[in-house]
Order: sequence, then structure tokens, then C-alpha cells
Amino acid sequence: MKLELRGITKRFGPLVANDDIHLTFESGEIHALLGENGAGKSTMMNVLYGLYEPDGGEILVDDAPVVFAGPADAMNAGIGMVHQHFMLVPVFTVAENVVLGHEPTAAGLGGLIDLTEARRRVREISDRFGFDVDPDALVEDLPVGVQQRVEIIKALSRDAKVLILDEPTAVLTPQETDELIAIMRQLREAGTSIVFITHKLREVRAVADRISVIRRGKVVGTATPDESEQQLASLMVGRSVNLGVEKAPPERGDVTFRVSDLTVIDPVGTRVIDDLSFEVRRGEIFAIAGVQGNGQSELAEVIVGLLRATSGSITLDGKELLGRSVADVLDAGVGYVPEDRSTDGLIASFSIAENLVLDLHDDAPFARAGSLSPARVAENARRRTEEFDVRLTSIQDPVSTLSGGNQQKVVLAREMSRPLRLLVASQPTRGLDVGSIEFVHKRIVTERDGGTPVVIVSTELDEVHALADRIAVMYRGRIVGVVPGDTHRDVLGLMMAGVPLEDAERSANEHHTTLGEADLEARTARSEEMTT
Amino acid sequence: MTATESLVAPSAAPPPAPAPGERRSYLQQVLDSSWVTITFAILMALVASSVLIAAANAEVQAAAGYFFSRPGDLLGAAWSSVFDAYSTLFRGAVFDYEATGLRRVRPITETMTASVPLIFAGLGLAVGFRSGLFNIGAQGQVLVGAAGATFVGITFALPPVVHLVLAVLAAFVIGALWAGIAGFLKARTGANEVIVTIMLNSIAFYLVSYLLTTSLLRQGGSRPISPAVAQTATYPLLLGPGFRLHLGFVVALLAAVAVWWLMERSVLGFRFRAVGANQSAARTAGIKVNLVFVLVMLVAGGLAGLGGAAQVLGTDKSLQASTAGSIGFDAITVALLGRSTPLGTVLAALLFGALRAGSPLMQTSAGTPIDIVQVIQATIVLLIAAPPLVRELSLVHRLAALFGYKSQEARS
Repeated sequence: MKLELRGITKRFGPLVANDDIHLTFESGEIHALLGENGAGKSTMMNVLYGLYEPDGGEILVDDAPVVFAGPADAMNAGIGMVHQHFMLVPVFTVAENVVLGHEPTAAGLGGLIDLTEARRRVREISDRFGFDVDPDALVEDLPVGVQQRVEIIKALSRDAKVLILDEPTAVLTPQETDELIAIMRQLREAGTSIVFITHKLREVRAVADRISVIRRGKVVGTATPDESEQQLASLMVGRSVNLGVEKAPPERGDVTFRVSDLTVIDPVGTRVIDDLSFEVRRGEIFAIAGVQGNGQSELAEVIVGLLRATSGSITLDGKELLGRSVADVLDAGVGYVPEDRSTDGLIASFSIAENLVLDLHDDAPFARAGSLSPARVAENARRRTEEFDVRLTSIQDPVSTLSGGNQQKVVLAREMSRPLRLLVASQPTRGLDVGSIEFVHKRIVTERDGGTPVVIVSTELDEVHALADRIAVMYRGRIVGVVPGDTHRDVLGLMMAGVPLEDAERSANEHHTTLGEADLEARTARSEEMTT
Repeated sequence: MTATESLVAPSAAPPPAPAPGERRSYLQQVLDSSWVTITFAILMALVASSVLIAAANAEVQAAAGYFFSRPGDLLGAAWSSVFDAYSTLFRGAVFDYEATGLRRVRPITETMTASVPLIFAGLGLAVGFRSGLFNIGAQGQVLVGAAGATFVGITFALPPVVHLVLAVLAAFVIGALWAGIAGFLKARTGANEVIVTIMLNSIAFYLVSYLLTTSLLRQGGSRPISPAVAQTATYPLLLGPGFRLHLGFVVALLAAVAVWWLMERSVLGFRFRAVGANQSAARTAGIKVNLVFVLVMLVAGGLAGLGGAAQVLGTDKSLQASTAGSIGFDAITVALLGRSTPLGTVLAALLFGALRAGSPLMQTSAGTPIDIVQVIQATIVLLIAAPPLVRELSLVHRLAALFGYKSQEARS
């Protein structure tokens, strides 16, 4: 089936999210849509899936114009979508989820759902592509990678000829990503057309047959997978970018930050952090890698005092941090960049200037005798926004008027505006564009070079690689192992799934993942460049 | 790449992302109503009420009986009934052009007098609303404050200024403590402040009713009404004995200025607003959210208590269980109408004071039922509170339709 977008335009008020988009998706082809966050990729797919009505242009299926009033129309036309956040009912079985919305009923059962038929459908698709999915498993018990397969089965069971995958690798380990890539290739061989939405250059080069790059709502170019990451990045951002962070080897100082025997048991009784110990030296970046939900976020929250520990100890400069209020911990010199800037890092309706003093508002020089000085708050904002290159109209505008990257710069500017004894940054570049990532990484390295111990919590291996001097991999609340910053991604990936270090190294040597191979190639190429 | 694009600064950010924390509370949305919406709501309320005014009018009803033979009569009668009602409302509340001498300006001073407790209680609620606390308990806080002021006013014999200050302080402290119960329970146990303050309203009413049967507040006499407070404890009249306007009005305006300073310029107010706008960001920034809950309720209750003091020390001079009337509930509308800003609250309180002051004349002289004022107030509330509510409902509807698909914004 051939699917074509012809001149699609979609506006949200004054914002043109899609501007005269022309794209053709051929069957049996993996077509990557590459673009930064906010470039308009998801908007376009939502138009294609009938969720948004376009303001202009038309959609053609096999050269015949179609109009989708809703997802049901799109599904009937053979378009399936796997959303970034899965649309599954956790307490239903795989079979129940797959048939949800078009349940087979049997006359013999008096109109009840024919679960036998549902199971048969799941098994049939699962067998055809070697998915290995149990139709009777509860979705909530399945790992994320398998849940994603359930989504794919769901789409295929409705005879999807075009499968849209929206940032499908965001939640996967490298090994799971590899499996997904294999599935994508298999589907392609079966004639399915795959639209692969992503901002990850590496993946695009590994699987795509064709690449369309979207920037600011427009298709700015097409590329082939043999173009270098550097070239793709420039196309995506619109200028040349520096993908790696240039950093000198760490000048390690004393151990000033220590976590020992830390255990956190949540109200339900789960050990979210299980007897965790590590040390961080001054002047080094210690990255905590792991798949989302293995206790890393909780670790950051315990350090700052937002979450109570059950037992253990956390010391900074020899002083115990556990049991102290957030304000006390911040006063002890801890800078904290929370995982989710919009809920925890910023107050959307407050001005940029106010957000820049959110945790400093009661300190000199901003407050005197209980009274705030708007002039000093504004002065501070002017200095900080200039230093951190925050693009803004006025420091008195609500911080919500800024782009994600600039919002994150506001958080960093605030946290780095006082002398730090420790910096804890959770997912410091989540949702940022390449340019902002570059900036944020540089600032974090600068902070390290100033002698601050830095703890980075990140689920993005690229980020961990770019920043870390040492990497701890967390799995189910425990540290699987602490490894050097340049450890190969295949090893890290296996450790993220709970495989101990030695086993991980052994099996990673035996079998490289697609992305891992790309990595090795890139490294060899780089070292060759250096030698010549 | 097009020519225009190359002109753009190289690393300029992508178009602004949707505001973070789009999940704003219903309360925040109501408070964000624009002045245009509010003015429109007031006008619409007057228009809607005029239909009821006409329908309740005897001449209009008579003319409706022969509508088809002489339709003009009905329209004429309707017009004159509405005109009479609103013009007498104006004469009763602002300026009585049919009176002579100083009596002509007496209505506006009555409006100001009636607005005093509404300003105080409205300010208290506004502080709570800005801080994310939906305090419904102004009614009880006004009443216990009034009781505190009365107790000091009838029990002690003190020199003029000292006595008044002490009585007012007592009202503030008791009102603050009363509301503080709700703040404390919320901070300690997470008890919903809406429910706790509503229950505290009932407790306050029956507590004061009971106290009015004891020697603490009644001191002789058989009716459940306190003796008049000592002259030394009353708010002095501002314009002499012909007018009821008292010093409490000035104190209320000063309180509005104080609340402005508290919310816009003080460290404490910064924390209040931070907690109101985004609790988790406030907590992450080291603000003690639970402490803020308690402090907000203390301030809110104290201000409402001052409203109760103004009622007994300025207007009524003695306490009954009904002293608070509907002040505490009207104050909710006042605070919402004023978008919880001090200036807005004062203006909204004056509007409601005018409706209170003008409605008796409207009833006696134009024959319009006094209840129409309630209708006007209720319609204003509906029109201001409904738009976000309607938005919310339609959003929920859409969410359901999309099978849980929640993004309505451009993102990729």
C-alpha cells in the first residue's frame, strides 16, 4: 500500500506545526522521520492517524484521496500506530488488549467475547513473526519491550499495511532495541510499510531505507542511511553541531560524597532502592544508567531529601544528609536538576526571574527582613540568562513561554548560580534539541572541572557515554556494577537487564547488537582518522 | 533551505513548547478569567435578572394576558419594571437623586459600610485561593472572630483606642486559630480543606449559638443576643452620626494593601504563591509545603476574623448567631470575582455591598423582590465559574473519545 501526504498543513493558533508537508511512504520500506522535539513529527502522524484534522492538503491511499474523521477510519484504511506511551490496559491479558475495540463475538456464547478466537489471532501473528508473546499473560506483568510487541500485534491484527512507530526506542534497552529492529526488518520483508519517528541518529542509520528530515514543521531534506551522523545532525538542527562533548580526563580529588547501605522501601513494601553503596570523588562525573523505573529517580530524590530512606547513610563532606529537609540539603551545597522540569523544576506561571530564585528567594541579597527585592531578583535574572544564553523576550514573562531547551537552561542557571558541593542532575537533557543538549553537557563538564562531584541519572546511553567518567548500572534498586566511562554499549545494555559485569562482557563479545556494531565502526573510523 | 531560514539565528530554539504543567487546577483557571469575562458576567447577570424582574411584576403579568391584541403594552410594562428596579437599586446603593442635601450621598456610604466585612473575608479567601487552598470556611471564621471581638468588647473596661485594638486583635487571633485547625489537619493528615472548613462552619455556628446562652457572651437578658459592646471598643464613625460608615472601612483598605505586599513583595507570599502554582516544584525548591498550608490558613482566618470584628464593632454593635449572615459565602464570590487580587477583591466587595445596600429600597419602592439580588449574585458566579468547567468537561469528553490519547498540542 502506498501512502502519500500532499501539502499537509496544520496550525495551532499562530504556530504552524506542519507547513506544506509532502511525503510518500512506499510499501516494504522503512521510512525514518528524523527531527528534533517540537519539529512537528508527531503532529504530522496524528494528522495521518485521524486524530487531527489538517488545515490544508490531502492524504492519498494508493493515489486515491481519503479523509480520516478519526483513528477508526485510519485503521480501516490500513494504518496502525504504536504510540510512544502505550495504549494498553494493564490489568487485561494480551489477547484482551489486542481485540479491545473490535472484539470477536460468538453466537454460541450469546454475544460474549470469543476469547478463544482472540487468543488464536495473537498466536497466529506472534508465530508468523516469532514474537514469543503469551496471549494469556497480563500486560502489567510484561517487560516494556514485550508490551511494545503487543502494541504491534494489535496494529497487525487490524491488517495494518502502514505501521507508524512513534519514538519506539525511547523506553527500550539496547538489546530490546535490537530485537525491535529485527522485527521492523521482518515486517518490511512481509511488505508492511514502516514509518519510524525518532530523533536518534544512530538508529536511523541502522535501519532506515529512506530518511526524511523535518525541522520547524517543514520537510527540509531527504537523506540516505550512508550519510554520516554529523551530516544528519546538521540537517536536523540547521547548523553544524558538535555531537560529542570535548572533555579532558577528570582530575579526581577526594571522595566527598558517599552513599552507604541505602535502602528505600516504598509504602507498598517494594524495595525501590536495595542496599546501595557508592562513592563519588571531587571533579568526576558519576553516571547512573539503567532502564527507567529501576530506582534511579528515587535515588536522586532521596539524596535531595524529597523521599525518606528506610535505612543507610548519605554523607556529603562528612555530614549526614539523610533526615534533613530539602532546604537544609540545598543549603549544604547540593544543586538538583529534577527529572521532570515542568512539574518539579519550574513553576510555569511564575516569571523567568522568579523561577531563577525559586530555591534562593529567602537568601541574601534577594530577601531582606522578610521582604523580597524585585530589583535584585531582576538583576540576577539578567545576569544568569545572559551567562546561560537563555533566548527570551523579557525576564518578566512566564517561564512557560520558553522552549524546552531554554527552560532547562533556566533550571541549570539557577542550580549552578551558587557554589556547589555536589550536583545531582536527573535526565538533564530529556526532550531537548541537539543544540541545547550540547550546551547543557558543556556546563555540566565545566562544573566538574571546577571540582564539584557530579551525579548524573540518565536512561540515555548516548548521554551517559558523553558525560560519564564512571558508570554505575542500576537494576531493580541495586547497582549491577560500576564500570569505566567508555564501556561498550552492548555491555551496558546487558547490565541494564540485570546481567552481571563478567557475563555481560562475555556475551557482548559473542554477539554485537546492530547499534553496537555501528558504534564500533564509528570508533574505528575515528581512531583511523586520528592516526592518519 | 530557504532564504528566510538562513536569517534566523543559528541556534534559535524551536517554536515555544506548550506551557509546562498544563494540568492547571480548576481554581487556577477560574482565577485566570480575564477582566473582560468578569465585566461580561456582571452585565449578563443584570440582563438575565431583568427577565425575572419583569416576570415578577404585576403589571407585566396583566399585560401578558392580552399580549396578542396589544403587544406594545407588555414590552412597555416590562421595560418600566426593569428600569424601576435597577434605578431604585442605584438610588439605594450609589446616589439618591430624589433625596435632598447630604441624604443624597448616604447610599454610597451604606454600600461602603456593607462592603467592609466582605473586603476582609474576601481578602482572606483570596490569599487561600492564590496559595491553592479552597477555603470555604470564611463563614465560620467571621463568626468566631465576631465572637472574640464581642467578648473583649463587653467584658473589659479599657481606654478607647486600647480597647478597640484589643478587640480587633482578639478577632484576628481567634479567626486565625479557627482556620488554622483546617490548615493543621491538611498538613498533618492530608484532610481536604474544603470538607474540613465546611464542617468548621457548622461547628462555629452552633458553638457561638451555645456561647450566646452562657454568661460568657450573654450576661443577662433572655434573647440569644449579646449586650452592646462598650463604646470604647467600637469603630469610630467616619462621617458623623448621620452615616453608619466607620473606621473599619479604612482598616479594610489598609488590609488590602497589606495583603498586596504580603503576596507580591514578601518572602512568605512568594512561598504561598509557589505552593499555589506548583506544589511539587515548591517542595523541590526546599519550601516546606505543609508549613505553608498552616500559615496560609492562619492568615486567611485572621482576615476573616477581622471581617467579623468589623460587623460587631462597626455596624451591629452586638453579637447574634446570625451576625455573619451570608458574609462568608458571598466572600467566596467576591474573591473569585476579584480574581483573588487585593484591588479586585475590594472592587468586587463594593459591588456586592452595593447590591446589599440597594436592595431594600428596590423592594419597598419598586416592588421588586429582594431575592433578585441573590439571583444576580448566583448568575455572576455561574458565568465566571462555568467557562473553565465547561472547558474541563469537553476536554474530558475528548480524552475519552481518543481512548486515552492525551496530547492536544503540537509535539514530536
